[in-house]
Amino acid sequence: MEAVCHFDIKFNRFIDPQGNVVDRLPDWATESFLVSAYQDMVKTRVFDQKAIALQRTGQLGTYPSTLGMEAIGVAIGLAMDKEDVFVPYYRDHATLLKRGYRMEDILLYWGGDERGSLAGMPQDFPYCVPIATQCGHAVGVAAAKKIRGSSNASLVTIGDGGTSKGDFLEAVNVAGAWQLPVVFIINNNQWAISVPRNLQTGAKTLAQKAILGGVPSLQVDGNDFVAVYDATKEALKRAYHHKGATVIECVSYRLSDHTTADDATRYRRSEEVSSAWEREPVKRLQQYLYKQGAWNEHKEQALLKEAQQAVEVAVKRYLSSEPEPAEAMFDHLYAEMPQGMEEQLEELSTKVQRMAAVGKGGSSHG
Amino acid sequence: MAEVTLVEAVNLALNHEMRTDNSVVILGEDVGVNGGVFRATQGLRETFGFKRVMDTPLAETLIGGLSVGMAAHGLKPVAEIQFLGFIFAAYEQLITHAARLRNRTRGRLSCPMVIRAPFGGGIHAPEHHSESTEALLAHIPGIKVVIPSSPQRAYSLLLAAIRDPDPVVFLEPKRIYRAVKQRVEDDGSDLPIGSCFTLREGQDVTLVTWGASVMEAMKAANQMSERGVEVEVIDVATVKPLDMNTILASVRKTGRCVIVHEATRSFGVGAEISAQIAEKALVDLIAPVKRVTGYDTVMPYYRNENYFMPNEEEILAALQAIVHDGE
Repeated sequence: MEAVCHFDIKFNRFIDPQGNVVDRLPDWATESFLVSAYQDMVKTRVFDQKAIALQRTGQLGTYPSTLGMEAIGVAIGLAMDKEDVFVPYYRDHATLLKRGYRMEDILLYWGGDERGSLAGMPQDFPYCVPIATQCGHAVGVAAAKKIRGSSNASLVTIGDGGTSKGDFLEAVNVAGAWQLPVVFIINNNQWAISVPRNLQTGAKTLAQKAILGGVPSLQVDGNDFVAVYDATKEALKRAYHHKGATVIECVSYRLSDHTTADDATRYRRSEEVSSAWEREPVKRLQQYLYKQGAWNEHKEQALLKEAQQAVEVAVKRYLSSEPEPAEAMFDHLYAEMPQGMEEQLEELSTKVQRMAAVGKGGSSHG
Repeated sequence: MAEVTLVEAVNLALNHEMRTDNSVVILGEDVGVNGGVFRATQGLRETFGFKRVMDTPLAETLIGGLSVGMAAHGLKPVAEIQFLGFIFAAYEQLITHAARLRNRTRGRLSCPMVIRAPFGGGIHAPEHHSESTEALLAHIPGIKVVIPSSPQRAYSLLLAAIRDPDPVVFLEPKRIYRAVKQRVEDDGSDLPIGSCFTLREGQDVTLVTWGASVMEAMKAANQMSERGVEVEVIDVATVKPLDMNTILASVRKTGRCVIVHEATRSFGVGAEISAQIAEKALVDLIAPVKRVTGYDTVMPYYRNENYFMPNEEEILAALQAIVHDGE
């Protein structure tokens, strides 16, 4: 027998966990650019901590933390073109902040208010909770772009658990068959709630799942901003130049619980988590910048203060927002409300008045 | 003006809309060179090219997802699910995305897409090819469900479905795909979605039905006429949103209502119509509402499918019984 096909999966990293350069940095990775990326990552972390605190004090609904995955989110956000279409899953707060979301928009969404998804680039998709279903939309958008002759791309994110679903595999498959301008970013944070990566699949890497669709793929260190940005930018360029899709597996670690409703101590050892903290992305880039002399404690303190202030302003706006009128549930169901629904709308209006009269209206957060 | 069958009328409408609106694209399994297993998309690949008539990989979840992505980004996809029995893998996309995208984004994005699927029994098809599961779709807030029952309505309602700003599931009764020919002018005129069609007026009984059952219903109504009973036949045509105004007005006039559908009896569209009649026109009823439907069983394989589908005799019997009921 002879081999008819050969495949290999490459792994890429520029900066190691101690902040040392292990591979020559790409030309785009200037100090000033990396400083601004670092600032974005810190802001994301400060915001994330506040969101968890809000949930713990009953002022926010269930919230999925992005702790430990800031490099991926910020890198995607910075790499994408304004005209590209971002198709997120549900942990992409860092990217959304780079796509025009204000922090209060994110809080609105996780605080049970549909208006949170009004934000951002008008062409982007909103958060997607049903696992992997967003992959179909990303290839649909990419197909529309290809048919229309646009040179932009769609970019979709997914977790490690999501790659077990047919939705992901079907989307990768058509992306290869139709040579679509789409980038798949797998945030392999090792845990799908309580199920570890090795129980999701017998495959050695998640990147190799792209081989089934004939789509090029690679694995990068998801805690290394430079590696994620570099791979994403390259993949987007391929898409812009009609060279088809790319799958990028970013190896990261979910330092938080799955969501605020989860308790990860039930299923994973604390030693595993503490060793993951030694590889985390924010500290890594900070150490690199320290070593370059591009960052110092003074700047760090100033950044933290600025980030906290920005978060406080956003929280204030969020907490003081009035709930949307309940009737809005009828307003956007169809372009035009069909006959027969006016009756139900009137019923609701009466109920709203009755409940408001006894102080049981829509919930506020304060 | 050409005489066309129902499936030819579908093809005519697709051709018309692709000609006049270049954002309309077709996707599905075997819709390209093959023209669809029922030939509904025949010739479209040759006319409009592979960029607008796309053979997808064999994956219904993907067809649903692709359509949502395309629809949200400037195209008007008309996706074919080869048989309604294969739509289930696409339900998640329909329910969690197509039906909700407008609402979830407060109108920022929307989903002007059509999913076409042949449905119903009567053509000796294999297992899973003959069910009528329109009620499973009608229960979803945010989508519309349209079922034509003649070539003209297939043509004009499909045009309306493609032009609709929201997702429409367009179910084609394949038993009558080639049952009759009708003159259909290819002038691009549509018919309203969300309206019933009164096919025959009558004072004595209201007969409400849709899809392939419309043909049996009309035959039964004609027989009743010979016996001096005038039956008003209403083709529901859009099962969601339901045009209850037309149905209620008729029931208030006749005081009697028979509902005929091929789908299983319980929890269905017939049950909804009956419930609304009970809520809004109970005092006008002379006799209880009657349903003539498939059974609450799995659709049998084709050797016994004729026992499952409502036929003219059953409808006739129900009409005769209801006329004497309450006397």
